Amino acid sequence: MGPVASFPNVWIALLVATGVIMGFITINALSLIWLERKVSARIQRRFGPTEVGPFGLLQTLADMLKLISKELLTPKHVHRPLYLIAPVLVFAPLLALLSLLPVSETWVFHDYDIALVLLLAFSGLNVIGIFAAGWGSNNKYALLGAVRAVAQNISYEIPLLLAVLPIVLMTRSMSLYQIGSAQDAYPFVLVQPLAFVIYFISALAETNRAPFDIPEAESELVAGFHTEYSGMRFGAFFLAEFTNMVIVAAVATILFLGAWNGPLLPGWLWFFIKVYGLILMMMWIRWTFPRLRFDQLMTYAWAVLVPLALVNLLLTTVALKLL
Amino acid sequence: MTTAAPTMELVPDEEDRETYILNMGPQHPSTHGVLRLRLHLEGERILACEPVIGYAHRAHEKMAENRDYLQFLPNTSRLDYLSGMIYNLGYCQAIEKAMQIEVPERAEYIRLIVGELNRISSHMLWMGTYLLDLGGITAFLYGFDDREKILDLLDYVTGSRLTYSYGRFGGVTMDVDEVFLRNVADFCDYFKKRLVEIHKLVTGNVIFRHRTRGVGVMGADLGISYGLTGPCLRAAGVARDVRKDEPYGIYDRLEFDIPTEEEGDCFGRHMVRMSEMEQSIRLIEQGLRDIPDGPVMAAKVPKRIRPPAGDHYFAVESARGHFGIYIHSDGSDVPLRLKLRTPSFVSVSTMPVVLPGTLLADTVAILGSIDIIISEIDR
Repeated sequence: MGPVASFPNVWIALLVATGVIMGFITINALSLIWLERKVSARIQRRFGPTEVGPFGLLQTLADMLKLISKELLTPKHVHRPLYLIAPVLVFAPLLALLSLLPVSETWVFHDYDIALVLLLAFSGLNVIGIFAAGWGSNNKYALLGAVRAVAQNISYEIPLLLAVLPIVLMTRSMSLYQIGSAQDAYPFVLVQPLAFVIYFISALAETNRAPFDIPEAESELVAGFHTEYSGMRFGAFFLAEFTNMVIVAAVATILFLGAWNGPLLPGWLWFFIKVYGLILMMMWIRWTFPRLRFDQLMTYAWAVLVPLALVNLLLTTVALKLL
Repeated sequence: MTTAAPTMELVPDEEDRETYILNMGPQHPSTHGVLRLRLHLEGERILACEPVIGYAHRAHEKMAENRDYLQFLPNTSRLDYLSGMIYNLGYCQAIEKAMQIEVPERAEYIRLIVGELNRISSHMLWMGTYLLDLGGITAFLYGFDDREKILDLLDYVTGSRLTYSYGRFGGVTMDVDEVFLRNVADFCDYFKKRLVEIHKLVTGNVIFRHRTRGVGVMGADLGISYGLTGPCLRAAGVARDVRKDEPYGIYDRLEFDIPTEEEGDCFGRHMVRMSEMEQSIRLIEQGLRDIPDGPVMAAKVPKRIRPPAGDHYFAVESARGHFGIYIHSDGSDVPLRLKLRTPSFVSVSTMPVVLPGTLLADTVAILGSIDIIISEIDR
C-alpha cells in the first residue's frame, strides 16, 4: 500500500511517521511564515525580512528560537488545566490530519476507506482547543474571541461538508487516494466549480484567515482567543494556523484540483505546486481585504453558502442519476 | 480556582438579563491612543457606552496662562499632532487678528499650501488607520506611504515632521524656495492619480462598503445639537466649513467646494474626507499658480505681544473640524485665560448616543470613522 507496510514493526513505523510529520509541520510553518511576510511586503510595497540569512530566509528561524527560549508565563487568573491543555488540543489533531493525506500515487501513509470522514472529524476538534483557550484564559476579549470562533467554525463546517459531498457521490468513495486517482483524466474543479468556490471560502473561514479572522480580530479583540498566551504556547497556535492552511489547501487539491495528476513533472511535485499555489492565493486574499463583521459572516454562511451548496448537491445527484 | 470566568462580572440590566462591562482601552489597539470606552454589553451588542477621557491630559490651557504668547506657540502643534501645522497657523492668525498685524501676501500663500498639505497628510493617515481598524492592513501602508511624501515636503521647509511651529505672528519663519514649490506641484500630479487608485482599492471594496454603509449614523440634528463639525457634520449633509463661512487667510479668494454626503454614516465620512483631499489639491494648485514674491514676515511686528484687553476669538478649519482659540486678555503679555475649542472632543462626546444598539465590531468602525486625536480631546 505505502511505505508504512514495508516496516517490520508498526510502532517503529508510527514513530517514523510522527517524526516525519513533526518535521514537516516545523519546516512548512517556518517557510510559510517567511513567505507570508515576503508576500505581504510585496503587496504593501515593502521588502520584508532581508537581514538574517539570504533574502531573510533565516528570520523566521530566529523568531522561532526566540519564542522557544522565552519563559512560559502563566497568568495568575487563568483556569490552569484548560489554559495549559488548549495549545495541545489545537495542535494534536494536526498530526492525525496530515497522516491522512496522500501526496502522490506511492506516497501514502495509509489509505483509509473513510479518510474523508476522519478528516472532517479531526478538523472539527480544532475548535475545542480554541474554546478551551478562550474560556481558560479568563479574559473578556479571549472569551469573546472563543465564542466567535465556535460559532464561525460550526457554521462554516456545514457548507464545507456540503461542498465535499458531490465529490463523494461522483467517485462513490470516501478514500482520498481513490478520489485523487479518479482525477487522472481531468480535475473535478471543471465539473464542480461551484463546490470548489464554496469549499475554498468555507476553508478560509475554518482556518480563521482574513477576511474571516474574526476570532482574533486584532483591532477589536486585541488578539482574540490567544490574548493571554505568549512564548511557545502562542507559537503552538501560530504553527497550527499555518499547518491548517496546508491541510485545507491539500484537501482542496485532492478533491478538486486533480491531486498529484499532471503532465511531465513527478506526482508529488505537482501536488505541492498546487497546494502552495492555493496557499499563495489565501495570502493574497488576506492582505487585500478588510474583515467582515460577525453577523455578516454568519448571514453569509447560512443565507448564501448553505443554500448554494444544497442546490449544487441536488443538481449533482440529478445529473448522476440521469447520466 | 473556579470554572467560571471571574473577570466576567455579570451586571444585570433593567430587564434582569445577564450583561457585562467591558473596558475598551485605555490600552487597546483601536482606541487610537489612551481613550477608554466603558462598554455595557449584552453578548456583542452594546447597551451603553461611556467614554472616559483624560489619560493624555497635559494641561495645555493652564500652561498658556504661565507663559507669554510666543512661548505657547509650540504647544499648539502638540494638540493635534497629525495636523499640527493648521493648529500652529490658526493660533498665529488668532493673535494677528487680535493685534491687527498685517501678514504679507507671500506668507499667506505659503500658509495655505503647507496647511492644505497637512490636511491631506492627516486624512491619508486617517484612511490608513481606519482600514486597519476594519482589518485591512495593506491600505494602512499605502496611506502612510503618501503621508510620508508630504512629511518630507514639510520637513524640507520647516525642519520638522510633525510639530512644526512654522508660523510666527506676522508671517512664517522661513521662506520657501523654488525646489519646494516644484516638488509640491509634482506631488499634486502624483496624488491625483493616487486618489483614483485608493478609490478603486478602498471605496470600491465590497467588504468595506458592507462594514461602513448605514453604520454609525450621525444625522444633521444630532450633529448640530452636539456641536459636531468637520467631516462628521458634512457627512450628514450640512455644508459648514470655517474656510467658507468665516474665511480667513486667502480662502475667500480661491475656488473650492465643500463636499457633503447625505447619509451621515461611516461611509459618508470616508467619502467626505476623500473629496476634501481633492479640494485641498485644488487649493494648493491655485496657491502655486498665484504665489507672489515678497517678504514672508510683516515688517512691523511689536516686540512684545500684548493683545488688547478683552476677549478675542478666532477659528480655523482643521482636518477634524472647527478649531477655535478663545483668548481672554488683560493687556499683559500673558493670557489671563486661553480656551481651546477642539473638534475631536465633540466627536467623542456623541459616542454614548451613537454606539448603543451596535455590535462590538461596529464600535471600532464608528470610533475610527470620527477620526479622534486623543491629545486634542484631553489637551
